[in-house]
Amino acid sequence: MDVLLQQLINGLILGSLYALVALGYTMVYGILELINFAHGEIVMVGAMVSVSVLAALTAAGVPVALALPLALAAAVVVCVVTGVLVERIAYRPLRNAPRLAPLITAIGVSIVLQNLAMIFWGRQYLSFPPVIEVRVYDVLGATVSNIQILILVVAALTMGGLLLLVNRTRLGRAMRATAQNREVAGLMGVDVNRVIAATFIVGSALAAVAGLLIASYYGIAHYNMGFILGLKAFSAAVLGGIGNIPGALLGGLLLGVIESLGAGYIGDLTGGFLGSHYQDIFAFLILILVLTFRPSGLLGERVADRA
Amino acid sequence: MIGLLPDRLYRDRRIAWAAFGVLAVLLIALPFLVEAGLGRTWVRILDFAMLYVMLALGLNIVVGFAGLLDLGYVAFYAVGAYFYAILASPQFGLHLPFWALLPMGAGIACLFGVLLGAPTLRLRGDYLAIVTLGFGEIIRIFLNNLNAPVNVTNGPQGINMIDPVRIGGHALTRPIEILGVQISGPHAHYYLFLGLTLLVIFAAIRLQHSRIGRAWAAIREDEVAAEAMGIHTRNVKLLAFAMGATFGGLGGGLFAAFQGFVSPESFTLMESIMILCMVVLGGMGHIPGVILGAVLLTMLPEALRYVGPLQQELIGRVAVDPSDLRMLLFGVALVLVMLFRPQGLWPSSMRARELRPDNPDQVRQEQESLYDAER
Repeated sequence: MDVLLQQLINGLILGSLYALVALGYTMVYGILELINFAHGEIVMVGAMVSVSVLAALTAAGVPVALALPLALAAAVVVCVVTGVLVERIAYRPLRNAPRLAPLITAIGVSIVLQNLAMIFWGRQYLSFPPVIEVRVYDVLGATVSNIQILILVVAALTMGGLLLLVNRTRLGRAMRATAQNREVAGLMGVDVNRVIAATFIVGSALAAVAGLLIASYYGIAHYNMGFILGLKAFSAAVLGGIGNIPGALLGGLLLGVIESLGAGYIGDLTGGFLGSHYQDIFAFLILILVLTFRPSGLLGERVADRA
Repeated sequence: MIGLLPDRLYRDRRIAWAAFGVLAVLLIALPFLVEAGLGRTWVRILDFAMLYVMLALGLNIVVGFAGLLDLGYVAFYAVGAYFYAILASPQFGLHLPFWALLPMGAGIACLFGVLLGAPTLRLRGDYLAIVTLGFGEIIRIFLNNLNAPVNVTNGPQGINMIDPVRIGGHALTRPIEILGVQISGPHAHYYLFLGLTLLVIFAAIRLQHSRIGRAWAAIREDEVAAEAMGIHTRNVKLLAFAMGATFGGLGGGLFAAFQGFVSPESFTLMESIMILCMVVLGGMGHIPGVILGAVLLTMLPEALRYVGPLQQELIGRVAVDPSDLRMLLFGVALVLVMLFRPQGLWPSSMRARELRPDNPDQVRQEQESLYDAER
């Protein structure tokens, strides 16, 4: 029972990270109907920047309470700039091109980002500086660390903020209108280009937060981390219903829990044939199953099978 | 090599035959010329160029003909390679014949393609891209981990000492003397790959001009209209995807036999991107363009090795490892080609018109008709 509870808690924390990344995919997809392959790489950039800034600041003797927000701010700035540049250079000129074209530039951009990061930071892992003293609490027989709680709180606050932005502000209303019908929104006086740029700004800022949290969760950052992460977050977005913001939250949390439980029990289920290093296949299995049986996802409307 | 030369040359039979003759002699003499000029390593690079031509032509069926983005092409390549490696190496002590395993490996790859494509191809093309991307990664996870509890793939170490191709009992890796000419392993493989490449080119051309090929083009250009014309879009797309997978599996078997060694390292996402780059750079859907792309992109990275010494000379140190530059350049190439020359270096005239309509009126008209269709 304790093991089950432990896996559930781990899964929820992992899931909240997936949800943060999945939001970025789902927002862009909702508005542009484009899979922004580069989003995973933007999370990676956020992780790398925040870890190196944090390491530099703490080495210079800046107190943690100041260094952490500064590192986050640096990551947000770099990610937003990257995200907007990617949109400007790779997606905007191709908005009316055949569908294959932006997909190919998207994958090209993510390769470029990955390799630039590799050249800039090198091939080695960057380790997250031990700025927070780890304390472990006991909850009904399972253990939770203070870092995990911090991750959960920050992720929840960020997502709450996003929901407010989308549902309660003028910009949010413009975003929803653009997602429903870009042309009509334009006719109603919405500056579509600005809304799309704003979407990329918000998505990239979320990616920066996610990057910092993920680096602190795993304790490392690596130029290669964005790809599989992006794949999982996209699966989470599809599971919840792509284009649907509450769906991305639900999908992310579910995927985290499924992965955590799956990795914990796959050995028993397959009689020891498959071990926990197969953890990464669950996201993919879910993606295939969802696409087969319910392509619109758990909360999605019929957006997925529009020709 | 139909299509490689301008049409008007074919009008005169004699010129056509003469051109074919010159081309044939050139292709036969090529490895010897290359060895004399650049050394034995470049003959091996030539072999790889041929292999990549086959792979790129396979991917071209999916991306170029049918307009579907397949980002996990290398997974099928891996399936073909490991299928041969497992059944013709000391791994299980099995040494089944190459010529029986090659088509079987291609068939297995095809089966994987159908299993993967069937659920995804009902949906929009984007999903195929992401699912194939995931599949490529999953295959690699399995290759890396299927060494316990039963050692199937030998994990990260890979499988070694794979049987070479045999023709009439002669292993192609051994040098042989024919008519007083010494033919080394790389040379022999060149001729084998050349023959198979010609077959693949022939198949690709015939496919393109077949009923199915026209259906692919129709789907690529307008799926709704194609469906209205009575094309069963899902099945026809699935056929393209499965066909591409088959070619991938074929290439994998050849790769395993040629290299004598396979490991998960050879089947990363980057390999898929590289093959995609060949297709996109050369000209999606245009067979000669794709061949050009594959040859260019196999040769050019080899030239990158001179970038290291060049940096040494110019700025006094090696600031960027040339091998790190390779993928970066591929990524940049993908973006730039799609932005500025989406039809590729050597486009087919039809595809060029479609990807870059020359007057804005036409664009608007097409968009309007699209909105009508969506309503």
